[in-house]
Order: sequence, then structure tokens, then C-alpha cells
Amino acid sequence: MRFLFAPGFASSGPVHVALALGAMVAIVSALVGVFTVVRSQSFAGHALTDVATAGGAGAGYLGVNALAGFVVGSLAGGVAMETIGVQRVRSRDVATGIVLGAATGCSALFFYLEANTGSTTGSTQRILFGSLFEVAPGTLPVVGLLGVATVGALVCIGRALLLSSVSPEMATVGGIATRSVSVIFMLTLAVSVGLSSVAIGAILSTALLIGPAASALRLARTMRGALVLASVLGVVATSLGVLLAYDSYNWSSRHAPLPVSFFVVVIVVATYALTYVPVLRRRAMTGRS
Amino acid sequence: MFSGFMLNAWESGTLVAIVAGIVGFFVVLRGSAFPAHAIPNGAFAGAAGANLIGINPLLGLGLFSLLAALGIGSWGRRGRPDVVTALALVLMLALGAAFLSQSSAYEPEIYALLFGEILGVSSAQLVPLVVLGAICAIVIAVLYRPLLVTSLIPDVAAAHGMSTTTIDTTFLIIVAMATTMTVPVVGALLIFTLMMGPPAAARSLSSRPSLALGLSVVIALGVMWASIASAFQWNWPVGFFVGTYSAIAYAIARLISLRPTTRTRTLYRAHTH
Repeated sequence: MRFLFAPGFASSGPVHVALALGAMVAIVSALVGVFTVVRSQSFAGHALTDVATAGGAGAGYLGVNALAGFVVGSLAGGVAMETIGVQRVRSRDVATGIVLGAATGCSALFFYLEANTGSTTGSTQRILFGSLFEVAPGTLPVVGLLGVATVGALVCIGRALLLSSVSPEMATVGGIATRSVSVIFMLTLAVSVGLSSVAIGAILSTALLIGPAASALRLARTMRGALVLASVLGVVATSLGVLLAYDSYNWSSRHAPLPVSFFVVVIVVATYALTYVPVLRRRAMTGRS
Repeated sequence: MFSGFMLNAWESGTLVAIVAGIVGFFVVLRGSAFPAHAIPNGAFAGAAGANLIGINPLLGLGLFSLLAALGIGSWGRRGRPDVVTALALVLMLALGAAFLSQSSAYEPEIYALLFGEILGVSSAQLVPLVVLGAICAIVIAVLYRPLLVTSLIPDVAAAHGMSTTTIDTTFLIIVAMATTMTVPVVGALLIFTLMMGPPAAARSLSSRPSLALGLSVVIALGVMWASIASAFQWNWPVGFFVGTYSAIAYAIARLISLRPTTRTRTLYRAHTH
């Protein structure tokens, strides 16, 4: 047990905060992620983390609340993508790319200005890679509240969203305003991504949004099953990642711990790769290459 | 503005813009925006790894962008391409974060890899830039027709026995090469901007492939030169200007292209009502 749980794991304050925050963000990301994957909007989901980063960097330079910067930046990005975006996937990706490019330009400027004023150091790395262990306990309630709002919005539009994602024609015939549904989903995605990138960093935000959802959609037979399974996979990956990162402090003699995001991403990607094993085995049995 | 170290900036900027204009045209045409974003970002991790074990960062960049291209190309066929691209991207970024946590690279180095340091390009760095740029251009010239046909009319290409998947993977390898040469100059985040904005602007101005390709290079050069001049003038990062000018170029092109479309729509409405 000592090997698995390094001394002090259960009694460490930062670990509790990291586990609670990680679990909350993982559940919200997984739920939003299932719809993101079904709608093939992974690129938008990832691009919003970089747009949110620009907001966070701007907030850092202006000295206002970082969480507000992330969420406002992400919302503005979502609105811009929806405004120029056309419904065809290719044009939609180009629209996403243009917004993403403009936003990274702004991040470059804000990081530069902030570094030049010399108030803080290490912000580029912190904002990009985040660290669950450096979260202030005060962010927990805010993240929780916004998370509940995000899930609430999903519950309200869930059925209409699913129908208009799978079959836009059927949805239109059924009297669903597909355009409004798509805008509402984009805003939900933006809030969720903004939240998760401030809480856990841009890398983990995309990993938890896409990974568990994609694995769950390959394994589950129903939409409800996929939503539940994605949440479970997300929480397990995050908790294991926190545990391993905490342990990794003792792995090398230099005591340079590996980042939480590294472990969580490896677990998430490995899970997705494992969902292919049954398919490959079946192919081998039937003799197809 | 045109002396000493600035001369290297102008030369490397021009080379980068030409390659980005050409490769980016096909990125936009094929709808490969996400892989074109993922490959440079993954390459960043390779540079961090090379830094950790103390080898030339170009090797790390090249290896990782090649791995990313091959991974996205081969695995993307089995699953959803956008999911596979996203997971490949986060996997490489996470490796990058792990490398950085174990090394003593300091803030400005990371910033330069992400956002570029075109004003600090040395004459020695120009050589790989020219070589890789020439290879990219030659490969694209050879594959011009298959690339175009598989992007625009995939059914016809398949009927003629062209392998879409081979062309897909080859194209991603070209993106990987373009990435390797450009990341040290303009940074991982901004090469993507340059491969996106000018070509998208060119595409909305002309539907003739050869004309759009030429326009794409011209706009990319315009954006690049204006950005270097502005960065020199106001002493702000080049990346900010590249991002802003690309977005402006795209907005202007869309506005120009919108005019005839609205006229067509009014005609259409007049006929149907």
C-alpha cells in the first residue's frame, strides 16, 4: 500500500482540492464531451482552450480575475466561431482556425507585455499546462456553480441537441430550431472549456473533453450509457493521475515530480486505444486483415 | 530596418511565408485545419525533449512532427479523424509538459518555441529553412494534380484508382516538414495561423485553384512583411501582428466575396417570390 499511496497522500490539503476539482471538471467535461464528439466538434472544443488562454493572459496583464478572463475569452471565441462558421464541416474548421489564429496572436502579445512588466514569472507555462496542485481552494465553489449551470443547460437542450446532431433534417421537420440549439451548445461548450482550462490547464481540458467521451461512445450502446460511462472514465483517469503525480515525487532522486496532466493524458489515450482491442481480435478470428 | 540581424528576419520570414502560403492552400482545401494545428503543437514537445537530452532541437521537431503525421494519418482512418487528432495532440503536449518538468528550460525558451523569435534567426538557421522549403515545394509540385483531385472530387479520384489514404498521409508528411522548418522561426502556434488565414482569404477570393494558390502566397507574403515591419516599428511580438493581420486579411476577403453572393441571393428571391 505504501508503494501505491505515498506517505501523506490522504492527509494532504492540496491533494483533496485537486481530487475534488478534478472530479467536478471531469464530469462536466465528459458530459459536454459526448455531445462534442457526436457533433464532430473536437477541433472547436480544443481551439476554445487556446482562445480561453488568450482571455486568461489578458486578465493576467490587466490584473483582473483569471477565471473571468478565461470564461469571457472562451465565450467570445465561441460566438465568433458560430458567427463566421458555416454548417459544412470543412468551412466550420476554417472558421475555427481563423479565430484560433487571431486568439493565439493576442496571447503572444499579452504574455509578452506581462513578462515585460515583470510582475509575475512562469505564467506562460502555468496557463498552458496548469497544475491541479496549485489551485486555490476558493475557486472550488465558483467552478462547481458554473459546472452545475453547464450541466443544467445540457439537460434542457439534450434531446433537441442529440436529434439535430444526428439528423438535422429530422430535427427541422420535428420543429426544432437547429440553429438556436447549435448556438446554445457552442456557448455551453465555451463555458465548460473556459472553466476546465483555468482549473486544470489547456492540455487536460481537451483530454478530458474528448478522451472519455470518445471511449464511452465506442463502448456504450445507448446515449445515456455513454454519458454515465464517460463521467466514470473521466473521474477515474483524473483521480489516478493525481495519485501517480503525487507518487512520482519519490520516483527519481532529484524529486522532480511529473505533471498531473501527463498521467491523465496517458491514461485517457490508453483507454481509447484499448477500445479497439475487441475489434482487432474479432477481425483476427474471422480471418480479415 | 534592413540591416544586420534584420536581414535574416526578412529572408527567413519570406521563405516561411512562401511555404505557408503553398502548404496552407491545400490545408484549407482539404479541410485539414485540425491536423495542421496539431502537428506543430506536437512538434513543440519534440523540441522540449531534444532540449532535455541535449541534441539539436531540429531533430526533435522533425521526429515528433513526423510521428504526429503518421499517427493521425494511419489511426484517423479507423476512428473518427477529429477525435484521433485531438488525442494525438494532447498526448504529445503532455509528453512536452513531462519533458519540461524534468529539464531546466526557462520561460523565454518556451515562449520562443511557441510564439517564435524571428528577430533572432541566425544565418546558420537559414540553411535548413531553404533545404526543407525546397523539398516541400518540389513534392507539392509533383503531387499537385492528385492533391487537387482527391481534395475536390474524391469520388472521381477513387474511380481513377488514386489512393486517397496514401495521398492523405503524404500530405500530412509535407505539413510535418513545413512545420519542422518553420517552428524555430515563427513558433508552433503561429505557423498554423499563417497556414490558415492567407489561404482561406485567397480561397474566398477565387475559385480557380491556380489563381487561389498564387493569391495565397501573395497574401501570406504581405501579412509576413507587414508583421515584421510592425514588430520592428512598435517592438511588440511578431506573432501578435501575424495573427491580427491574417484575421484582417480573411475578413476583407470575405467582405469582398460576399458582395456578388448577396446580389445572387436577391436575384434568387426575386425569381422565387
